[in-house]
Amino acid sequence: MSGIEFDFQLPREDFKLQVSATLPDRGITALFGASGSGKTTLLRCIAGLERAPGGKLVVNGEIWQQGRTFLATHQRPIGYVFQEASLFAHLGVQRNLEYGWRRIPRPQRNIEFEEVIRLLGLETLLGRFPHQLSGGQRQRVAIARALLTSPALLLMDEPLSALDLDSKQEILPYLERLHDESRVPILYVSHSPDEVVRLADHLVLMEHGKIVAQGEINQLLTRSDLSLSRLDEASAVLKCRVAAHDPDYHVSYVAIDNSGLKQKLLVPFKDLPTDHPVRVRILARDVSLALQMQSQTSISNILPARVVEVFPSNTPFQVIVKLDIGGQFILSKITKRSAALLHIEKDKLVYAQVKSVALMR
Amino acid sequence: MDFSVVDSPAIWITLKLALFTTAILLLLATPLAWWLATTHSRAKTAVSALVAMPLVLPPSVLGFYLLVMMGPAGLVGQLTQTLGLGLLPFTFSGLVVASVIYSLPFSVQPIEAAFEQLGNRPLEVAATLRASPLDRFFTIALPMARPGLLTAMVLTFAHTVGEFGVVLMLGGNIEGETRVLSVAIYDHVEALEYDKAHLLSAGLIAFSFTTLLLLQQLNKKRKWQPV
Repeated sequence: MSGIEFDFQLPREDFKLQVSATLPDRGITALFGASGSGKTTLLRCIAGLERAPGGKLVVNGEIWQQGRTFLATHQRPIGYVFQEASLFAHLGVQRNLEYGWRRIPRPQRNIEFEEVIRLLGLETLLGRFPHQLSGGQRQRVAIARALLTSPALLLMDEPLSALDLDSKQEILPYLERLHDESRVPILYVSHSPDEVVRLADHLVLMEHGKIVAQGEINQLLTRSDLSLSRLDEASAVLKCRVAAHDPDYHVSYVAIDNSGLKQKLLVPFKDLPTDHPVRVRILARDVSLALQMQSQTSISNILPARVVEVFPSNTPFQVIVKLDIGGQFILSKITKRSAALLHIEKDKLVYAQVKSVALMR
Repeated sequence: MDFSVVDSPAIWITLKLALFTTAILLLLATPLAWWLATTHSRAKTAVSALVAMPLVLPPSVLGFYLLVMMGPAGLVGQLTQTLGLGLLPFTFSGLVVASVIYSLPFSVQPIEAAFEQLGNRPLEVAATLRASPLDRFFTIALPMARPGLLTAMVLTFAHTVGEFGVVLMLGGNIEGETRVLSVAIYDHVEALEYDKAHLLSAGLIAFSFTTLLLLQQLNKKRKWQPV
């Protein structure tokens, strides 16, 4: 039995946590929702910092909570990164990092100390004390400290929310590297669509203490019955692989995963080997539709697509068109008028003209 | 000088009493303060009030009841006699017991405040890093509460050195056994030996000042700052 299976009920002051789900045991799963939706409470229940009576938690076949069984937090093989800096102020960076590391018996360690230092770029910080670090540096140390306990599950509670924009930008690449290089499954609590789009493979949508929906990120972002597809910033994330580079024009080509049509996108040059996985974000408002292939245009990315669904947007004059581009979905936000003139309807074949593509990593 | 010969036992007994009291209280007050800072028990307010009693009671009242309790007819007195320890009043041991009770709030309260200020977060963090509750107490709570512990030690020590009422009620004024500095000063004044009283009093002032100065230095010396 793999996966993270839980069933919790816990009344809080302003909501009641009532969740039951099985989450994947790989990649980054984002718990996404407004504040007060119960994301952090769920994470704390999984860590054993909160006790939901009668709850159940089974991680990769091991019972952490069920009936009378309740593993105390220090007995659970987790790493936890808190929202705000949580370094021990009385210990230097090195001793902070060693705190959890030394408490793991040698045979159970599955990661090298030096490797974690390198992964989070801490080489020059080891001799300092927490008060001598910037917010971003502190959070990097906290992430490394959690990783050094060789966790079976890494829990991150809005690790970027207390940081300013610069520090966020400083840490995101490290999180992406973590995602690419470590096999530890991560539960990542966030209320920022940007972070979710950049990091998550799997998405759990929470509202008022309940799980509204969960699934693969591309599926959830493009579902017409969820609010995500109606945001101003509504977008789709496509899983792709680097296909080729064109140094003359300083661009790269990426192939869209599972695309039976072998569709490729042109993106700004990214120095990655061929076949390296990357993710691409396409905003709904950057996609326009045409019935014929346009050749005389400055738009580089034009993809044949099939209309899956047309549904209302957050404005009265626009609609959202959900498109299938060979197994993955993208959204297009066009005016109602255009949709009517072009007779956009389910199963119609169209050309999606993508004005702008953001390569996330 | 002749007075130093007379007073040196008093100085020695005072120091010994203060050291014993501080050491015992450090061991007693730390777990008690921890319990007070972390418990959700309803008994907490009552225990807190009890701990604070010596702050508001006149020392003579405290000394009087201690005398009664430790006396031959008192509960504690009967217990110590059964155990073959004899009676505590008018002995050095009796003074230590009384001082521990009298100085209890001075050690519990700063330590409790330090634990409370620490909050739950560092301990939760330590738990996610596999530290057991006892491990968390010794590696996180105690070191981070160090300023509070130091304050408690200094206050307890100084308070015991300056003790007068309780000692007089319970220990009397037996030279070489229970006569402490403050009582010696009182005796000198009674006997109009102002020069001797001056010397001891000035000595105490210098001693207190040095201690507090040392404490400041110790607290300044730490390399870390709260973040």
